[in-house]
Order: sequence, then structure tokens, then C-alpha cells
Amino acid sequence: MKKIHIVLLVIIAAAIAVLITFMKTTSTYDSIDMAVAKPGKFVHLMAKLDKAAPIEYDAVKNPNYLVFTAKDSTGSVKVVYHNVMPPNFEMSDKLVLKGKYENGLFECKDIQTKCPSKYKDAEEKGLTHPGTAKTNK
Amino acid sequence: MGFQLLKLQYTGEHLLPGQLGHFFIVLSLVASLAASFAYFKAANESDDIQQHLWKKLARLFFIAETVSIISIFAILFYIIHNHLFEYHYAWKHSNRALEFKYLLACFWEGQEGSFLLWSFWHCILGLIIIRWGKVWEAPVMSVISFAQFCLATMVTGIYFLGWRMGTNPFILLRESGVLDNAPALHIDFDINQPLKADYLSSVKDGNGLNKLLQNYWMVIHPPVLFLGFASTVVPFAFAVAGLWKNKLAEWAKPALPWTLFSAAALGIGIMMGAAWAYESLSFGGYWAWDPVENASLVPWLILVSGIHTLLIYKSTGRSLRASFLFSLLSFFFILYSTFLTRTGILGDTSVHAFTGEGDSFYIHILLFLAILTLPAFVLFVIRYRSIPSIKKEEELSSREFWMFIGSLVFFLSGLVIIGITSLPVFNKVFGTKIAPPEKIEFLYNSIHVYVAIIVAVLSGFSQYLKYKGTATSFFWKKIGLPTLIAAIAAALILYFGKINYTKETAGFMASIWIAVACSIYAIITNASYIFSGLKGKLKFAGGSVAHVGFGLVLLGILISSGKKEVISTNTSGIFVPLGEGENPGENLTLVQGMKMDMGKYHITYEKDSLHTQSERTFFNIRFQEKETGKQFLLQPNSFINANGQEGLMSNPDARHYLQHDVFVYITSISDPDKLKDTAQFKTTHLKIGDTLFYSAGFMVLQAINKKDSLPEDLFGTNGTLHEAPLKIFAKTGSTYSVTPRLAVAKGEAVTVADTIRAENLIVQLQKVNTDQSINLGVKESNAIMKYVTIKAYKFPFILLLWGGVLITAIGISISMVQRIRQKG
Repeated sequence: MKKIHIVLLVIIAAAIAVLITFMKTTSTYDSIDMAVAKPGKFVHLMAKLDKAAPIEYDAVKNPNYLVFTAKDSTGSVKVVYHNVMPPNFEMSDKLVLKGKYENGLFECKDIQTKCPSKYKDAEEKGLTHPGTAKTNK
Repeated sequence: MGFQLLKLQYTGEHLLPGQLGHFFIVLSLVASLAASFAYFKAANESDDIQQHLWKKLARLFFIAETVSIISIFAILFYIIHNHLFEYHYAWKHSNRALEFKYLLACFWEGQEGSFLLWSFWHCILGLIIIRWGKVWEAPVMSVISFAQFCLATMVTGIYFLGWRMGTNPFILLRESGVLDNAPALHIDFDINQPLKADYLSSVKDGNGLNKLLQNYWMVIHPPVLFLGFASTVVPFAFAVAGLWKNKLAEWAKPALPWTLFSAAALGIGIMMGAAWAYESLSFGGYWAWDPVENASLVPWLILVSGIHTLLIYKSTGRSLRASFLFSLLSFFFILYSTFLTRTGILGDTSVHAFTGEGDSFYIHILLFLAILTLPAFVLFVIRYRSIPSIKKEEELSSREFWMFIGSLVFFLSGLVIIGITSLPVFNKVFGTKIAPPEKIEFLYNSIHVYVAIIVAVLSGFSQYLKYKGTATSFFWKKIGLPTLIAAIAAALILYFGKINYTKETAGFMASIWIAVACSIYAIITNASYIFSGLKGKLKFAGGSVAHVGFGLVLLGILISSGKKEVISTNTSGIFVPLGEGENPGENLTLVQGMKMDMGKYHITYEKDSLHTQSERTFFNIRFQEKETGKQFLLQPNSFINANGQEGLMSNPDARHYLQHDVFVYITSISDPDKLKDTAQFKTTHLKIGDTLFYSAGFMVLQAINKKDSLPEDLFGTNGTLHEAPLKIFAKTGSTYSVTPRLAVAKGEAVTVADTIRAENLIVQLQKVNTDQSINLGVKESNAIMKYVTIKAYKFPFILLLWGGVLITAIGISISMVQRIRQKG
């Protein structure tokens, strides 16, 4: 076996190890009942903002504290987010909440909001990467 | 009479540019196909005269193609420039208010414009190859012309077997479907009726350019990036030509300068995007391992691998197979990244939003990918055994051995990145629903810190090795001193630099330290090699210069990210302390006019200004260093509810120092609606010395003064003016003096309230009673409180990164010039 083959094997093994680690650390897209069923586990919670429930946020008191209720067809959960309220949060249609459920609360690390006219708003907000803007309809 | 309806004339439309545009689009489609066919014939023709004729014909077609693309460009620009909103593209991507410099930006904001830009660069590169390509012209240009044809299909918008092929940039607004549901524009306000003949008079302005794209980077970043994208076709075409014409060895030499060129253009293009993100977008940095970024980084990594294997081949005859593979793959990954970023498959994983063009686009781009690269890979497999290689093993002391390892590491790092980025593709293919991990950035970082270590060390010492084998004593003699200097420099920097990256594990921090030391090693050894190895002859020093630059890039990344600090840490909130166990957040609220404590600064949100030229609002944030008292003003800006869209789009502002940047952007602002005052005054009866409590403190009435001898022209006869000075003691420890006034002028009572912004307090003298008491109105209101929430970072040594990029590009360019000269 040549030296280069050994190196090749080592590097490929490292790459495979990395990919396996990656697959192990991946999370899941879940509904509320599934997220609640696995407390402490990082998930991508797909839900809606419960607009009937109060949204607790006062930037003057603490800009890094947002509490609201998320709901979907399987239930609802109180969500805490230690960051600024996303700009179009209150009018959002769908939310992707990245975080974990613990002690009766969903501790959210990151929120992605989807607006009713999903594409259009994202584009108007400048989130579209140049060159990818859609043209027709 | 349906015929007449179809012939309905609309007033105010300019149809000629569009018709010309359609013509050139069809011409470009036909010409590029004809050019690739004619070049194909020329390449396969053994008879000299026949070959010459085919080549002449092919050139004619390619020039027709170039003329078409430039004409399409010019016409589309004319349409945008003249605000011909009867065209969907102009309506969609521009408006009248747009400054001239952004007209180009609207051009490539859209899918079609960016494909045209790509095509345009293919044309320019093609002309260069026609002029200097010699024997390679026919086979290489046949590949490039075919790529041109594939790109041309992206903008045809022709229906083909019920399938719309691409989208046409010259489509009219009324044909695009956006007006179909606008009753006001239709006859009798009925959307089932045709449009009114004068519908265009109601379309007064376009949608305008995406607000965040109104930035000078948007004008220059896409052309450079697309030059990088487009140029990868050249090494690809040379490799294909080599395989096809069975010139398995000869293609390497002309391909090398092109690969260098491609790496420089793509690298600069990518880093311009990074600079843009850093400077103007609120992603909080220059690199986020976002799929869009990854997708263009991967081809670059493979291009760099290709450069190194081509160099190895040139000097030793080894690594030719790898050179083929890398040249084919870098173009493959350019197309794959186009697929990833434009079909909407990435969905939720990117900070960028993507468009779903629908299934036809999906299939189209996959076909494009397959039809261009599949034959090449098949040829590669068929010819693999006949590609020259050297059986004998490389010496451990040879330069090529270590260079090859470096190339492999780059290549595999590219594969890992694209593998992780392709997770949504995996989900789509296998129907799984796997989401990205919690700490995706950390995953990328922790892998690449090792890639950085390996690559830095390899680039540091391998220049000191000679091809085919090096005498040990020679090597140590030359490299000893620079290694020692690097070790000392690294030790000093690590000791005094305090790179304490505690966000992740201690092991990760140690890796960062090692990587810092290794990149310093790469910088110093390569710099000294320019003198000790090359005797200072810069002409030959392209490689070393590029390595120095790359070492600086690594060092800049490691330090700026490792020492990046959020300085807007909100430890207390303003009024309410955080509950126990709560992490301090990263956003800080600044109430207008109120000095806040932030790390080594006092900062104040002074005012905001509605910019007269554009719709953005600038916020004046004054920073004052606590120690020195030095002040500076930062003006981050935001588009607030621009274009009728709710929300905030923020652009940061930064203060640049030699060692670091202070970087701030707005994360939220007070709701303008809530600024409407709804609170009521509460009236209290007070005597001198009385105390009145409010929610955040108390106030004491100091005196009741009456002023006489008032100017008669203002107050009339018998005018009076009462003043009620108050002292206010806030819970925060601050004290304030206010003086509400009550005047009786010309028979009318006028009250002049006083305000303390910081306390949300308005006091109003409502009545002065005869018994030396007053009626004081007190209002506590959020309405008077205007605030912004900011996020601020400190990026240390970011200049190393930008400088490094520049030096790398210069180094690659030196090499390129050198390699082109060697040709003659």
C-alpha cells in the first residue's frame, strides 16, 4: 500500500466520521405534541402564532424577552424567546421555532417567520438573494 | 369577433424594444446551438480545409450569439432606464425613484438578468479563446457554446410540448398575469373582460428594487461573482477537450492559467458578497455558512485543488487524473449550486428566501446539469485507464506529495460542506424530514478549524521542498529560521492576544489557538520563501504571495470570529432587573435622549432623521468612550414599513479602527402607532412642600411663583403667569427639575407642560388656587418614549481578512501572468 493510499484512507475516514456526526446531531421537524413528548431535545417546531393569546413583549423593560403562545392542530405551547421580537412577528402566518421543550415551556433559540403571502413578503424584506428573485406571478 | 379582441390596441405601450428583444433571444438560442454544432464539426474534422471552414462558420455564429446577448442586455437596460412599465421585468424590479447607479442592480436582481450576465461573461471568455485558443479553439468552444445554448434556454419563455422553457425577460406586464385580478384595469371592472385600452395610464410606477439591494455592493458583486461562475466553464471545457480529442496530457498547460483566473475571480466574487453581508446586511457578520455561501465556496475549494494538481502534473507528471476530476467537478458544482439556490429546494434552511419556480424550472435546471456534465464524466471513466500516470511512489520529502495532500483536504472539505448543505435535497429524494442540527455553524467551524490547521502547515513548509525529493539538511537549513520566528510570533500573539473563545468547548478553543499559530507559520514561512527561495523575484513568487494572503485570511477569520464580541449585552434591562437564571440578552434598548451604559462606552440614541432622498431612516447613536471621553457617531439605518410592507429592514453602521470595528444595527424600534398618546392626566391637589408619588419615583412641589410685568403685546392687559417648580426623585437615583407653567393671556388660560423623557412623565400646571395650592396634572405615558433596540458587535482585526483576500488575489494573478508567459 502506498503512502498516499494511507493518507487517502485517513482523510476519507475523517470525512465519513464528520458526516456521521452530522447525521447524529441533526434534529427533526415536529408538531407541538411531538415536541412536548420529547422534552430537552432540540427540534424545529412548525406552528402558528396564537393571535388570541397575549404576546408579552416590552422592549423598554427588556428587549430580550418575548413570550407568546404557539399552536397547531395538536395543541398549544407557551414559548419563551430571549431575543428581540422579529420585525413581522405579529402578522406572521407560520412560524418555525428552533429550540427545545422543557418544564412546560418551549425555550426557543431562533424564530423564522413566514408571512401570509409567503414569498412576496420575504422578497420585499430583502431576504431574497439577488439573482433568485422570481419573475412571473 | 374574437379576432378584433386579440388585435385590441393598448395606448402608451412601446412594443418595439420587446419585439427586438424576443428576436435576439431566439437568435441567441439558435446561434449558440449552431456555433456548438459547427465547432463540434470543426473539432472532429481531420481535413484542414473543411476544418477551417467549419471553424469560420462557428466563429460567425458565436459572434452572432455575442451580439445577441449584448443587444438583449442593451434593450433590457433601455426598458428599465426609460421606466417602460408595460414590461414585467421593469415593473417588477425597478421604479421611477431609483437612482441611476441602481438601474444595473435591478437588471440582475431577477433570475433572467443574472442568467444573462452569466451568458455575457461566457461570450467575453469565448472571444478570448477564439483569439488565442489556437488548436484548442474548436473543441473548447464547442463545449462553451453548448453551455451558452443551455443558458439561453433559461430565458426563452417558449412553450415546448406544453412545458414553458425558461422565463422571458421581455414578457409584457399584461401577459404576465399580475393584472388578471385587478378589476380597475379591466373593461367594466370585470376581470373576465379584456384590459382597458388605456390600462397603462394606471400603472404609474414599478415595484422598485428590493430595499436591501440598494447598495453599491449590489452593483459590483454580482458581475464579479458571475465572472467567477462563468469562468469555471473554461477549465471544464479544456478537460473535456482533452478527453474528447485524446490529448490527455496536453490540455493541462493551457488550462492552468484559466483555472488560476477562475479561482481569483470566484474568490473575489465570494468575498465581495462577504464584505457586503458584513457591511450592509444585518446577519451580524461576513460569513454564516449559509447554503448560498457554501454553494459558491465549494467550487472555489475544488478549483484551488485543481490548481495544485495541475502544478504537480506540470513539474512531475503526476496527479493528472485528479486534475481532470477537479476541473470537471468545479464546473459541476457551479451548476449544482445554481440548482440548490434557484429551485427553492433549500426552503427553510437559508436566511435567504428562495423562489419556487415550479417543477418545470426544477427539471430544466437538472437537465441542464445532466446534459452538460454527464457526457464529460462518462468520457472521464472511459479514458481513465489511458490517462498518463506514474506508478512509482512519491518521496515523502517531495513537494508534490504534500501538495497533493493539501489538495485532497480542500477537496474533501468541499465535499463535506456540500454534503451538509444538501440535506434538503436528501429529504426531497428520500422523503425524510431531517432538520439541520442545533449548532450548524459550530459544526462547520469545528471541522474547518482542522482544515485550516492542515492547510496552513502544508502551505507553510511545502514550498521549501523541491519537486521529486529534497535533501533533508537543505530543507532544515532553509526553514529553520522562519519556523523559529513564526513560533515566537505565534507565542506572543496568543499570549497577548487573549483569544478566549469560551462559547464552545475548551478543546475547540485549543484548536483555534493551534490554527492561529499555524496560520502565522504559513504567513511567515511563505513570506520568507520569497526572499530565501526565490531571491526576491516577485515574478515567480505568485504562489508564495497567494499563500501569505491565504494565511492572513485564515488568521483574520480565526481572530475576528474567535474574538468577536457582542457588546450590546443587556445585563439589566432598563428598569426591571432580569429574573434569576436569565441570560443577558444580546439586544439593548436605547430610549431617545437617555445615556446608556454599554461596556466601555456610554451610548445615546440622539435622534433619527428621515432621509430626504430615500425611504430609509437614519438613527444617530452617539458612542462615548468612558475612559477617554472620545466620542463618535454611528448612523445605522432602517427601512420602516417601506413600500407598504410592515416591518423593519436594517443596515448596520460601523466605526473602523486599525485593530477592530465597532458595528451596530437596529433590531427593533418603537411602534409608531403606539406613539399616539392615549394616557390621561391625573389631577392632584398640591401645596408647597407636598410630595406626590408616581410609578417610578416621587416629586416635591418647591414653590408657586407668580410673574407680573409681562409684555403686553403677548399677554394683553391683566395677563398672569404662574410657575410651579418641581423636583423629581426617580427610583433610578436621578433627580430632575421641571417647571410647568400656566399663563392667562388675553383672557385665555394657556398651560405649558413640562416633560421628562427618561421618566415618561409629563406634568401640567392646571390651576393655581387662592390658598397657595395648585392642581397638578401628571401623565405617565409610553407614548413620549421613543426608543430603538440595537445589537452591537466588536470585530477585531477584520482588516487582516480583507487584506488577506486582496493579497491572495494578487498572488494568484502573478501566477496567472507567469503561466501565460511560459506558454510562448
